[in-house]
Amino acid sequence: MSLAQFNLPDVGEGLTEAEIVSWKVAPGDKVSVNQVICEIETAKSIVELPCPFSGVVEELLAKEGDTVEVGKPIISVQSDGNILVAGPITTSIPIIPESSSTHQAVADVAASVASDENKPNLVGYGSSAHGGTRRKRAAGINSPAVVPASTSSMPIVSPVVPSSVAAAASSTDVIAKPPIRKLAKDLNVDLSKVSATGLAGEITREDVVNAASQASVFRNLTTPAQKTEREERIPVKGVRKAIATAMVQSAFTAPHVSIFVDVDATRTMEYVKRLKASTDFAGVKVTPLLLMAKAMMWAVRRNPTVNSTWTDKEIIVHNYVNFGVAAATPRGLIVPNIKDADRMSLFELAQAIEELAATAREGKTTPEQMKDGTITITNIGVFGVDTGTPILNPGQVAIVALGSIRPKPWVVNNEIVIRQVTTIGATFDHRVVDGDVASRFVQDVASVIEEPALLLD
Amino acid sequence: MLSPEGIFEVPAEYAEYGKYIERLNLDDFLKFYRDMARIRRFDNECTALQRQGQMGLWVQALGQEAAQIGSGYGVGPNDHMFPSYREHGVAITHGIDLMSIIKIMRGVNHGGWNPEETRFHLYAIVLATQVLHATGYAMGVNFDGLVGTGNPDVDQAVITYFGDGATAEGDVSEALLFAATTKAPLVFFCQNNQWAISSPVSSQTVVPLYLRGEGFGVPGIQVDGNDVLACYAVTAKHMDDARNGLGPSLIEALTYRVGAHTTSDDPTKYRPADELEYWQARDPLLRFEKFLRRQGVGDDFFEEVAKAGDELAEQIRAETFAMQNPPLENIFRHVYSDPHPMVAEQQAWLEGYEASFEEGEPS
Ligand SMILES: Cc1ncc(C[n+]2csc(CCOP(=O)(O)OP(=O)(O)O)c2C)c(N)n1
Repeated sequence: MSLAQFNLPDVGEGLTEAEIVSWKVAPGDKVSVNQVICEIETAKSIVELPCPFSGVVEELLAKEGDTVEVGKPIISVQSDGNILVAGPITTSIPIIPESSSTHQAVADVAASVASDENKPNLVGYGSSAHGGTRRKRAAGINSPAVVPASTSSMPIVSPVVPSSVAAAASSTDVIAKPPIRKLAKDLNVDLSKVSATGLAGEITREDVVNAASQASVFRNLTTPAQKTEREERIPVKGVRKAIATAMVQSAFTAPHVSIFVDVDATRTMEYVKRLKASTDFAGVKVTPLLLMAKAMMWAVRRNPTVNSTWTDKEIIVHNYVNFGVAAATPRGLIVPNIKDADRMSLFELAQAIEELAATAREGKTTPEQMKDGTITITNIGVFGVDTGTPILNPGQVAIVALGSIRPKPWVVNNEIVIRQVTTIGATFDHRVVDGDVASRFVQDVASVIEEPALLLD
Repeated sequence: MLSPEGIFEVPAEYAEYGKYIERLNLDDFLKFYRDMARIRRFDNECTALQRQGQMGLWVQALGQEAAQIGSGYGVGPNDHMFPSYREHGVAITHGIDLMSIIKIMRGVNHGGWNPEETRFHLYAIVLATQVLHATGYAMGVNFDGLVGTGNPDVDQAVITYFGDGATAEGDVSEALLFAATTKAPLVFFCQNNQWAISSPVSSQTVVPLYLRGEGFGVPGIQVDGNDVLACYAVTAKHMDDARNGLGPSLIEALTYRVGAHTTSDDPTKYRPADELEYWQARDPLLRFEKFLRRQGVGDDFFEEVAKAGDELAEQIRAETFAMQNPPLENIFRHVYSDPHPMVAEQQAWLEGYEASFEEGEPS
């Protein structure tokens, strides 16, 4: 008798981790060779794992729902003797003598192997190519009885495919590429509930991201039943408390003034569409928010005082932009910022915004990322709202709200036409920013949204 | 020829194929069944071994046993075979050691066998390349005058195996053209298993695939790929024709990839379950078992086959786990026939890199 462990193998090509979906055995169960012990889900597929040895299950080393790195042990089995020792290709089955207490050691080894040279990747082999315990030195047809048909008589046996084949695509309800499925999994999005916008009816990256933000933040998708208790007490702590403190401090120290302007954003929307289609911007998310950000950066250069900080002794005008983006997260509002955003190309800025949003959604934003912002945008349009009067972030003197962009009647040359219209709202600290500067700044932003070509300036 | 109920019948218009079956006796039938069962067991065991981390990848032939075993036995002792990567069944009918296929998928061997000895050429992972190789080889056979001499010890034919997806590669069209214009002794054997990974055959062709050669001048026939006898007869006949100098032909065997494309694939994402059921009801082993039982073959035989399968599985496991890594130099050995400075440099680098690891438990 000896204790054998089964380490999570790479069941695809170059996969680095998998989730335990369900266990089919429990401690104490007898298992035989090739008996299915669990179901795992990788970035590519759901796969059943057969047990490499027979015996009695000692322990399950990972829980259902756990994501396990390739090479980590998932089960230990009191083997009834006949254990095959893994060949050198694989790290799958280290044997532990019954007496030794090397449980942890083995796990450590596996971990070191798994993490040593493992880079997450989806395809391509070799991420965990170094097996063993090596380490770097200190360094259709309808009729089933088809008979051969000679070509001279040439009977076309049809249809070639059973008719169900043709229906394959439609009867498989969700069409999405593996990376999109992985993204959905990471963002906790149920793909069957996502409406697909892809050309072939496939779910795109954007669909998933939209669904994720909507589902978790924007909407109560279901109306909950009437609660029985008359009141509910939610402790004020964490993000909520921080938000409250900042809002009060801001609202009661800085005299707020808000102004609004309606603008025809049709050209911006066209520009966004063209950027999306261009290969230069492949792989990065292009949104109206991106152009708003760029527009603000341009307007800041023309009206620098909106990008400053009030202290009682002096006004500090920043000649850099740490661009804050208000992000709704499941835990509440946070405002991380992109450092030196004014020095970024449009592409870099797009990347930075996408990254910032993803980090925020995952709840991984660091305090460092929220410090030292100089001006902020809040995209309330994605909530379907036209505009609002945002409250300043403490230490900043301007915040811009981007409202929803939608087709509305608009007057062009004395005629009413349908244009993509939005409202830009902005709030300023009136101690620093006078009405004229505030108006010029907002007008500048609006003019870029109306004619993005101004960015060429 | 063989109905799902195992009833064997040759319609009059296919008598020329029926003759090939008449030559077979019960021992041949049992051999067919044994090999189909053997390859299926091998396949299942290898799939498990891959899931246990013993192979990087496994390519299942599940469901295609009849097409492979039947046609494999239809290939003569002088003939050459150019497979793709799924032809484990054809391989065993010509003495390929099953362990050498495992070695390829485990990454410890580049090729696996010596095609000069086995006449079964190396697996081709790059789709449809083997079809051109086969065509070239068959043209060579013609040049050597080894066709239509009437001497069975001399005459040769060539067969190449490819999938329905591969037919969409230009290579297959090029091969058909060259084979036709040079009257090469070549049989194109297309296993139409309905899927090319996640692409259904309807995305590869509108006209049945066996007609693909017509325009090039390569006549085609369609055969039930889950009928081992039909696959045998059709292959044997067309290989005879090729050997006798009648030129190339194309066989489309209708079958089904019951398993995943490879162990990296999950067909439930794109395939409806009822389609699988349709084909499982037409399982080639089940059908042939019914046929054999009608011939009076009893439980004894099937138990013996099952037992042989268990032994095979155990042997495969033991030998797979015992496999050693080959010496590094193997990677470089057959790149050029003569020493080459660039290869030598790469080899030296790799050896240095490998030497920078230490074996054993970390401290
Ligand atoms: C030239 C080339 N293109 C693409 C691939 C990737 N690939 C591997 S198998 C496969 C599908 C092949 O389908 P089919 O020819 O029907 O054969 P099957 O795998 O179904 O036996 C593809 C696209 C490849 N190996 N080679």
